[in-house]
Amino acid sequence: MMPTPNLPTKAAALLLGLALVLPALRASEGPTETQGRVNLPPDVLALPVEQAILTAPPHVPPPITRQHAARVVVHLEVREEIMRLADGVEYTFWTYGGTVPGSFIRIREGDVVEFHLDNHPSSKLPHNIDLHAVTGPGGGATSTFTAPGHSSQFTFKALNPGLYVYHCATAPVPMHIGNGMYGLILVEPKGGLPKVDREYYVMQGEFYTTGRYGEEGLQSFDMAKAIDERPPYVVFNGAVGSLVGDKAVTAKVGETVRIYFGVGGPNVTSSFHVIGEIFDKLWPEGGTKYVQENVQTTLVPSGGATIVEFKVDVPGTFILVDHSLTRAFNKGALGMLKVDGAEDRVIYSGKEVDAVYLGSQAEAGSESSRREAELKAKIAAEIRSNPAIAGLTKEMQIEKGKQVYMGLCFACHQADGKGLPGAFPPLANSDYMLADRDRAVRVVLKGLSGPVTVNGVTFNSVMPPQEAVLTDQQVADVMTYVFNAWGNSGDAFKVDHVKAIRNETR
Amino acid sequence: MRLTVPRFTVLLLAAALGLGAAEPVALVTIPAGTYVPLQRSVKDEPEVKVAAFLLDARPVTNGEFLAFVTANPKWRRSQVSRLFADASYLEHWAGDLEPGPRAPLDAPVVRVSWFAARAYARAHGKRLPTTAEWELAAAAGYTRPDGANDEELSRDLYAWLARPVPAVHRAVATGRPNLHGAYDLHGLVWEWVDDFNTAMVTGESRGDSGLERDLFCGAGAVGAKDTSNYAAFMRSALRSSLKANNTTTSLGFRCAK
Repeated sequence: MMPTPNLPTKAAALLLGLALVLPALRASEGPTETQGRVNLPPDVLALPVEQAILTAPPHVPPPITRQHAARVVVHLEVREEIMRLADGVEYTFWTYGGTVPGSFIRIREGDVVEFHLDNHPSSKLPHNIDLHAVTGPGGGATSTFTAPGHSSQFTFKALNPGLYVYHCATAPVPMHIGNGMYGLILVEPKGGLPKVDREYYVMQGEFYTTGRYGEEGLQSFDMAKAIDERPPYVVFNGAVGSLVGDKAVTAKVGETVRIYFGVGGPNVTSSFHVIGEIFDKLWPEGGTKYVQENVQTTLVPSGGATIVEFKVDVPGTFILVDHSLTRAFNKGALGMLKVDGAEDRVIYSGKEVDAVYLGSQAEAGSESSRREAELKAKIAAEIRSNPAIAGLTKEMQIEKGKQVYMGLCFACHQADGKGLPGAFPPLANSDYMLADRDRAVRVVLKGLSGPVTVNGVTFNSVMPPQEAVLTDQQVADVMTYVFNAWGNSGDAFKVDHVKAIRNETR
Repeated sequence: MRLTVPRFTVLLLAAALGLGAAEPVALVTIPAGTYVPLQRSVKDEPEVKVAAFLLDARPVTNGEFLAFVTANPKWRRSQVSRLFADASYLEHWAGDLEPGPRAPLDAPVVRVSWFAARAYARAHGKRLPTTAEWELAAAAGYTRPDGANDEELSRDLYAWLARPVPAVHRAVATGRPNLHGAYDLHGLVWEWVDDFNTAMVTGESRGDSGLERDLFCGAGAVGAKDTSNYAAFMRSALRSSLKANNTTTSLGFRCAK
């Protein structure tokens, strides 16, 4: 890892990268003055020269076994090609190496890379490449801006190990990325990564087609949907079903699988998850210092990556998803890992029993409904016989009832329950109310109009009915409150009591 | 030396069909207007006033370019200087004076350099349009002056952008003309402009962080309307990627007067 003093440089490079793709295009993207080949010092010239092995997704080049740096030559070709996005749906993808995501590049920390970007003559547009693994302006974008039918070359030293996204940074960048111009470059740390049995390469990206999901034919890029970030497609490896059925990635029970997972975007982040597996190890955000363990779902930013690793203990199909699930269910972000091997029914039994369950829909009088009623009665009796619980129940009703009162009743009867003289009768120490619990409930539910005498004073106004406003429980609660507030004292009201009065025929 | 007769046959055929220099291209009038540059530094004017001018109604064809290279041997594929045209100049033509099946006479000429396009224009008493002129002409829709709001034009434009370059381009002026009567400004080939390289800053300025900040500010002033015009960004990016001797399979030109 580079020491912190390097960070401002990185930040500046990022800023420049941004600048270059939008407003500052003319500053950074002009046909960069060709500066000629770099004069490599003797120690670099002495390094062995290797041609990089590039692989198409979901495959990953073999681990690097050498214990020293090398000069690695990378040739990456840009091609604009019509390919399948979904069944019956085609799209003109802009690709690095003819695939989405582009070819996987694997190098080692300290390698000096001679990078060639070849833009095929049939391309309509210029392209470049910003490798997040590169320290320098634009991550290489300023040095690789390449017209159709041309080739650019630049050299960089891989200073920082990690898993990095690369992408096209030519304006309008969201469209270049939105058409598939992204991939991953792994810079292995000097000591290498732990050995595993299987390595796979998966990248998520979204596509903004003019047609809705599944609309057949050759689709165009929809600028308005891109700007609104409303993609009809969110997919793994450039197409719906690219990792499904025959194309699923595979492993055997007992093996350890590592997935290099990246998000090209251009906009949508991923809640990457493998259904039925737990990431035993995870290198968050593709960094190399911290290894997290036992992770269910990991958030991968757009333009970011992560390394996940897990041992497969049981056979079956494990589904890779973006756990922002309409993307998996409706937009295509779904892949499969198929694991072969012997079952271990202690770890995962499979379905053991399938029996009929009737639950609350059981017919009255049936065995199970009788049992349910018995149990409920037992619980109720238990509560009644336990004064502590019974008391708590009343306390709770008073608290809830107070909320109802303060929301509804206090406007007339006042917070202190004293009402307003000449208009609204008091509830505090109200002989009228306390004398008849049924009538009190009835007044709340059905309302009251006409003269009424409370504590010797006659009131003649209207109490509106609340039966359409309050539930039985709320009425029971508010009655319990007013019968126990301001010096009043009484038992709690029961829901069944309220229900019975509500159902009275007038 | 070989195949002299067929070459002449091609020329005669071209003349007979009215596809060569025999039938001059129609010019359309582009009324005066204002061009708002996509990117600019704070030092640049926010708007460029463009006077009325004449523009070819369609791109230059292979037939027309054949007549030009026939009359001007130094622009033939085998004789052109590498300083003025790169190695893929007219590479899809069957021969020096034989466009052949990949370059129909009525299709736009592509794989021509800026130098070649300029020489052609001069030979015809014309010039290449400026970026401001070209963009002003191309800003019109099919039926309305503001093409950005012409849904049909936008749809056709993005449909074209969504397709790879065909092996053989279709004939010019077979689509729908825009409000000014100009064909194929969108949807056939990219076109050279005279000042294609003005959207550039010298190498010395590139490291100037003050300039970078200016550009950010300038871009902010341009407004969201322009950052959402992806097609304009693509044209700008393409122009910026080119050197004057470059040629591509989808880059042609038309003249202005």
